[in-house]
This record gives sequence, structure tokens and C-alpha cells, in this order.
Amino acid sequence: MDCENCGEADAVIHLTQVVNNKMSSLHLCEQCAAAKGLETEGPPAASFPLQEFLAEMGGESPAPAPAPVDEKCGFCGLTFQGFRKAGRLGCPHCYISFEGHLRALLGRIHNSTQHVGKVYLPPDPTASQLERRLEGLRGQLRRAVDAEDFERAAGLRDEIRILEAEGVT
Amino acid sequence: MSTFDAVPDLGLNWLDASGDHAEIVLSTRVRLARNLQGHAFGPRARVNDREAVLSRVRQHSDRLDSLEGATVLHMPDLDARRRTILLERRLASRELIGSADADPANGTAVVVSGRHPLNVMVNEEDHLRLQSVVSGLRLREAWSQVDRLDEELGRELPYAFHHEFGFLTSCPTNTGTGLRASVLVHLPGLVLTKEISKVLHALGQVGLTFRGLYGEGSEVVGNFFQISNQTTLGKSEEDLLDHLDQVVRKVIQHEREARQVLLRDAGSVTEDKIWRAYGLLRYARSLSFEELMNLLSGVRLGVSLKLLPELRVYTLNKLMIFTQPAHLEEAAGRDLTPSESDAHRAAFVRRILGSEGDVSPDGPESSDERPAPGA
Ligand SMILES: [Zn+2]
Ligand SMILES: [Zn+2]
Repeated sequence: MDCENCGEADAVIHLTQVVNNKMSSLHLCEQCAAAKGLETEGPPAASFPLQEFLAEMGGESPAPAPAPVDEKCGFCGLTFQGFRKAGRLGCPHCYISFEGHLRALLGRIHNSTQHVGKVYLPPDPTASQLERRLEGLRGQLRRAVDAEDFERAAGLRDEIRILEAEGVT
Repeated sequence: MSTFDAVPDLGLNWLDASGDHAEIVLSTRVRLARNLQGHAFGPRARVNDREAVLSRVRQHSDRLDSLEGATVLHMPDLDARRRTILLERRLASRELIGSADADPANGTAVVVSGRHPLNVMVNEEDHLRLQSVVSGLRLREAWSQVDRLDEELGRELPYAFHHEFGFLTSCPTNTGTGLRASVLVHLPGLVLTKEISKVLHALGQVGLTFRGLYGEGSEVVGNFFQISNQTTLGKSEEDLLDHLDQVVRKVIQHEREARQVLLRDAGSVTEDKIWRAYGLLRYARSLSFEELMNLLSGVRLGVSLKLLPELRVYTLNKLMIFTQPAHLEEAAGRDLTPSESDAHRAAFVRRILGSEGDVSPDGPESSDERPAPGA
């Protein structure tokens, strides 16, 4: 059967109908299915189909880095080659060890390298961490006000006041 | 074992179908990936890394509001069936529960809150995966639950955080916010009217991904899809959630329109399919999980279109969860062969549909223990 999208390749992905496999369905080739985000790696172990469906997305292996390197993380000992193979970093320090490569990789995956979400404050913050957290909270406050989410804005304003008071003492 | 049974409804509160658009949106999940400073993660974590992480979580799990009354389920202490039940209830991942060839690693655990729809996977790919699962389309509620837990935990445990990259995770696809929000939707109208490919294509264009439920032969089973954000860095948590929310609402609107088209152009065929699906579920003596899911899809459509008015969405959600293999074995109190499993599944469905109200147009039936006419 031909792919209903491109009409060229063989259809390998079939979306089933409501019941009894009798009403209309969609047939796609591997490439078109992948382009639409449908996974084409074989079906899961038959015993837990629901879980397979509910499983986390993500975990696709990242694009290969420009050139092979054999830098090594000083904390966990993972080499950059090892990372490229597994697609998983070994520890938080890997982000420092492979910073340049990771910045390029993150840019490709996310189209950005700058975190603009929650700013984390560790249990014993330094002054500069406190300042960064405040900056982050002020940004969130601006967005909350823009979105007219005043309940959230009020909460953020309180949090900012508490942190500002801490910074003073 | 007793701790397992002590967990109140063990991650099943999302079944109640109380959220927005619950007849189309089964559930909303928001997950945050977090790691602790000074420990290797995932496959590179040593036993003492994992045990240190778990003991720090244990130490705080009782004292945090969000985890009030929490139960800590240590994977190596549970038998394989119990672990699989956690998997089937979406409280644990396949990676966390181990497999027949590889027992779960020491230090792997699930913490289930006693009061809130929250749980934490410990020592999966990341040290901590905080997640909230709620019924229907409720991204804001799921987020505020998990956000609060994150604030509470982060005050006690030193998270790995980088001023540029944000929260540091084992896989770079999660770096930044560590946030993955997923909405589980049922889209039979779009599949039947062949509009689904356009919708799926559009989702990709706006940076969202989806997954179907796969059975044999790479088929998407039961017309269920999970729509999620694809990127986690460069946008705030609120922006990621708002974007997903807006797009899912559009998908729901398209689905409703497609259903109206179906009723208008193929009303009698659609109605016939729905009743056939109901009839098979109601009287079948053997059902594979995949067949059940396809039939449930038809019945769910019928309930949503008010063609099967007596059935509740809650009942359909319950059928999906309790007919999975480990749940059937737990109810039977023993291991089941595949054909026994199919028979138990059919019996369970008959019992539930029998006790939750018979929608036969020919009048009520008191019990499904009585054989069907001609059976
Ligand atoms: Zn194609
Ligand atoms: Zn490392």
C-alpha cells in the first residue's frame, strides 16, 4: 500500500479506526510518519501496551557533535565520546566539562541556550545567587502581570519582598 | 507488602473524569526532572550515589506539606507484579521497575503523596522526577501542584542548577526547565474523517510532539494520543504550559467539529459501530488488551455523543487501567497465561458494565452472570 501523504513509499504506519478495523484509516510511510512525529521503531512488548503509550517522550539521541573529542569529565569520568554514544550525561559537572559542545547541542535541540524559567536558590545561597533568583522572579512577575494572572503575580510579589528583605540583612 | 496496600488509591485519582473536557481529555500530567549536586546520575550513579539520594528524599518526605502522608515504595522490596502495577498506573517507568533479566537497582523508589496527586520517581534517569497527574485538561492545576512540591524539596535538597542552562538533567532534551507536560486525548472523530494527519502535522509545526498507543503492527490503538511539549529550554514554564493549553484546546475543537461531520454524513454507520463495540465489550468471552482499547474507543465516542447515555466516563477510564495484565493477575491472585488473561479481561469488563448500568434499549438486565441470549 502506498503512503497517503507522499504517495511514493510503502505505508508502514496505520492509524486504526474507531472499531472493528472497518472504517477509514490513515496509512503512512516511515519517513512521513516520522515527519509527523509518529515513532516507527517496532511495537512494544505486547504485555504492557498502555504503559508504552504513556511512556515519556524525549530521549531521542542528540545530533552528533561537530568533531570527535576525548575530553573527560573530572567528576564522573565520562568521556565526550561516551556521551555521544549514550546520549546521556554522567553528572551535573559534565555540563561544565563539555560546556562548549553542550551549548551548541542545546541550541540545536531547543533553539536556545538560555534558561528563562524558574531560577533556583540553593539551601544556602550566596549574595549573587540571591540576586539572580530575584531577577528571575521579577521576570516571572512581569509575565504574570502581562498575562493578567494577578493571583500568581501577588504570590510572586510576596516572594520577591521576602528575598529582598533577606538580601538586606 | 502492607505498605503497598496502604497507599490511598495509589495514583488513581485522575480516573474520576472530573476535569475539563474529560470525555476527550483523559488526563494531564506535568513532570519536572531534577538532580542533586555532587552525585552521578542515571547509569553512572553508583550504589552509594543512589542510596544517598534516596535517604535524603526519605528524610524529607514526611515533613513537606506536598508529600504529607507519603509512602515510599522501594523497588527492590516489591515483587515483580506489584512493580508492574505501579508501571500500569503511571507511577513508575519501565526503566525504574527493572525487568525479568535485570532486577530493579538498589535505591530506586517511588514516593506517593498521601494527600495530593503527586509522586516522585527516585533514581530513574534523573535523581528525581516530580510528577502530578490529574483528570481532564487542567495544566494549571497539575503545574501548581508540582511547582509547590519543587519549591519545598528544593529548599531542603541542593539541586544541580546552572545560571545559563537551568536545571541540569541526564538527557540534554530535558535541560532548562526540566518540564514535560503531556495531555492524553481521544481523537476518533479526527481519525475517522481523515483529518488527523493535518492535525499531527500542525502539532509538529508548532513545536509539540505526540505519541499514539501502539499495539501489534505499529498501529495506533484506540485513537488515543499523548501531546507534549518538545523543548524545555528558552521558554518559561508558564509559556510552555500556555502554549500547550492553547493548542490542545484547538485540537479539541477540531475533534468536536469532526464528530459533528461524522454524525451528519455517516450517522447510521457511526451509531452502528458504537453499538457493535458496546455489544462486543458487553458479551465477549475473550478480549486482548488491544481489542479492548479499540472497542473502548468506540464506546467512549458513543458516550460523548450521548448515544450511550447510561455509561459514565469514569467507568471507561477504570476499564482501561484495571484490564492491564498485572492488574488482572493481582485480582486473580496468581499468574495468568495470555489466553487466561484475555478471558479474565472479558469477564472483568462484563462485570463492570453489568453493575454500572445496562444501556440495552430492550430494558435493564440485573446481572451479567446470566448468559447472554444465544450465548
Ligand atoms: Zn510518505
Ligand atoms: Zn560528569
